Amino acid sequence: MTDSRPVLTMTGISKSFPGVRALHDVNFRLFPGEVHALMGENGAGKSTLIKVLTGVYDTDGGAITLDGEPVSFTGPMQATAAGVSTVFQEVNLCTNLSVAENIFIGREPRVFGAVRWGEVRRRARALLARLDLDLDVSAPLGSYSLAIQQMVAIARAIDIKARVLILDEPTSSLDAGEVAQLFRIMRQLRDEGIAILFVTHFLDQVYEIADRITVLRNGGLVGEYLTTELPQLSLVERMIGKELDVLEGIEEHSRRDLTALEEGTPLVAVSNFGRSGAVEPFSLTIHSGEVVGLAGLLGSGRTEVARLLFGADRADGGEVAVDGTASSLRTPAQAIDHGVGFCSENRRAEGIVADLSVRENMILAMQAARGWLRPIPRRRQDELVDKYVKALNIRPADPEVPVRNLSGGNQQKVLLARWLITEPRLLILDEPTRGIDIGAKTEIQKLVAQLSDGGMAVLFISAELEEVLRLSHKVAVMRDRQMVAQLANDESLDADRIMQTIASGSHREEADR
Amino acid sequence: MNDTTSRYRTMIGHRLFWPAAVLFVMLAANTIYRPGFLSIELKDGHLYGTPIDILRLSAPLILVALGMTLVISTGGIDLSVGSLCAISGAIACMYISKQPDQNSLGVVLTALAMAMGIALVLGAWNGVLVAVIGIQPIIATLILMVAGRGLAQLITQGQIITINSEPFRAIGLGHLLTLPLAIFIALAAALLVAAFTRRTALGMIVESVGGNAEASRLAGIRSGRVVFLTYVLSAGCAAIAGFMMTANVSSADGNAVGLWVELDAILAVVIGGTSLAGGRFFLGGTIIGALIIQTLTTTVYAMDISPQTSLLFKAVVVIAVCLIQAPAFRARFRRRRRNVPPPATIADKPKEQVPA
Repeated sequence: MTDSRPVLTMTGISKSFPGVRALHDVNFRLFPGEVHALMGENGAGKSTLIKVLTGVYDTDGGAITLDGEPVSFTGPMQATAAGVSTVFQEVNLCTNLSVAENIFIGREPRVFGAVRWGEVRRRARALLARLDLDLDVSAPLGSYSLAIQQMVAIARAIDIKARVLILDEPTSSLDAGEVAQLFRIMRQLRDEGIAILFVTHFLDQVYEIADRITVLRNGGLVGEYLTTELPQLSLVERMIGKELDVLEGIEEHSRRDLTALEEGTPLVAVSNFGRSGAVEPFSLTIHSGEVVGLAGLLGSGRTEVARLLFGADRADGGEVAVDGTASSLRTPAQAIDHGVGFCSENRRAEGIVADLSVRENMILAMQAARGWLRPIPRRRQDELVDKYVKALNIRPADPEVPVRNLSGGNQQKVLLARWLITEPRLLILDEPTRGIDIGAKTEIQKLVAQLSDGGMAVLFISAELEEVLRLSHKVAVMRDRQMVAQLANDESLDADRIMQTIASGSHREEADR
Repeated sequence: MNDTTSRYRTMIGHRLFWPAAVLFVMLAANTIYRPGFLSIELKDGHLYGTPIDILRLSAPLILVALGMTLVISTGGIDLSVGSLCAISGAIACMYISKQPDQNSLGVVLTALAMAMGIALVLGAWNGVLVAVIGIQPIIATLILMVAGRGLAQLITQGQIITINSEPFRAIGLGHLLTLPLAIFIALAAALLVAAFTRRTALGMIVESVGGNAEASRLAGIRSGRVVFLTYVLSAGCAAIAGFMMTANVSSADGNAVGLWVELDAILAVVIGGTSLAGGRFFLGGTIIGALIIQTLTTTVYAMDISPQTSLLFKAVVVIAVCLIQAPAFRARFRRRRRNVPPPATIADKPKEQVPA
């Protein structure tokens, strides 16, 4: 499986940011022809280690060797040229350029300085064929889904004569079929002798594909293990650093009862609500204290439903009633006035304001609702922020750190806090647990259950059916931009039945009301 | 010792450190070249000296740059400020010149109010183009940058309007407590803008809109109003600057007043640490930036640099200033220096650091 000589070693790597010690004396090695999983909770230092390796960040100390030679990359371009290619967590491509341009940008085949566009397109097609992707390479990348964009990013990375391929959470936006496709490619590349560094939060995926695991915790190295010698439970314990009672929380499988809640006036009721090109008109009622799950494949219109309900996009038609009174949800500000909050799945583009501090990001929605003339007194801000930093276990716990210095999962928690501070009556959570670790995931799930017990209505969107089933009172199923069914979450409902509904779309007769 | 190092690091890391250091070096260089540079003397109850001149002459630029800072922070830009200076100066002078008693305070105040009102309306025009209609700021304000010069010409009917009004002249050349009045006006404006943005939530909301417009919209911020407001504010600042510029020479020249001041203002904002991409803004940095630019102009005169080379000299200094205070450039410089020793030394480093 592996040669005895590692292709890449990192020794004694340390890195600090203002207020955060991201890495401390971490060692890491990578053998040719292996898939090596880098595991750890949010903020453990996985992304930082990768950015140090590829030269995005300077190190404060430590050495990196490639094929035994000491190296110090000044940026991803140089790393790529040396054979270390990276696909970053958030897709870093230009959506306004074509697929082919994205694959070859910066290294277009040229003749006398002029780009050979025909050659670019031909090679892009060949490359994508290797990944079993049939795309129009001249179409703008933005016209394809996030998952496809991710595949294009991988195509770009493997085109270079890569010896080391780094995949930072490549699967977080992929559905099961696409994950299988990606794994097939990964195995193929591994067998060609490429060393693959794989970061993910999905434990199952690690055990499916990884040969070796390195665990980080709080910026320090916990250890390196062979996958076969590390049972799943021990892995989780090593990641979290304590024996797990939280895991029980995940197993806890409380079906939630719908009947009592559905009496009385719904908090929000929409009918014939839709937007052409985004989602077909649908009807939905949400009561106080109710958790409505939204299930469906990637691109089935889940996010579009959320955006309409929040006024992020404007509906073409249909009626809206809030507390039984005809109303409208045409802008986010209007929705917020009605007590609606929305955590977008696209946290970097639509969530955090990277420049601002954790504190400012948290109070943003509340401040926006009050208007700029009525600033929230500083003491009140500190109280609120302090409360949620503690309640959500946000790390680092310094609210004055720019939010961009936080890991993805902690940024997600900051966003959640932003909305909880506004004390919404309906909270829309679009993939709140995507790309975050198991501990934080459980915390968020518990929080959702708690909030709904306290009377808050929640619209919960997730690609993980287990999670939807665990939390929801009823599940609305999306398919091809249509809401095809609304199923009460009783004994008869399980993941299989939801999947059948998604697959066939023929269960429309089951739609209640 | 460790404590000293960290304090040193905090100081170096402070966002105002590099602009302030540049200003200090410039003043020091001038003093070495001409030892009397920093001397100030009291004559007829007024303080005179080069530092006072620098402060007085930079007052209009500080005003324009303050407004520009907020506009840039939203991710926009306001190219029309130079023309707005000319228009407001022209309106004020035109009105005063038509009155029988140019020295009456009431006349001057009416003139100022009128000019300010029109400047605010023009600022609102910019704001509507950008925030309501959604034209890109650089294009939207380019309209008024070009058309505004014509407007100023129209007001003065192509003439240079000269007035003889003591109260108006005082805006540019008057004194208060031994110091030029212009310094106090700029200071008051700076404090007012600071209070307006930092005592309310306006500053944070502007930074949020400039940092991530879509995220801000989804957080419920009605960004249009805020953006609109910054253009109005910028126009207001430009109008006061225009009064100062015309008061300095007691005449309004539609072609010359505030010519290219928008570029100096943008430069001052950038030197002050506010990114042209929007986001965080630093009013203190902007003021230091404006002082650096004025000091540079004064230096060119003081050092008798020939007019042919003075622009080139300015350009070189400006490039140096921008590079020095760019974190990316400093990081690259530092890295190159550190990479000189063989890799073994780098590997040894953390071992020393661990126990500390």
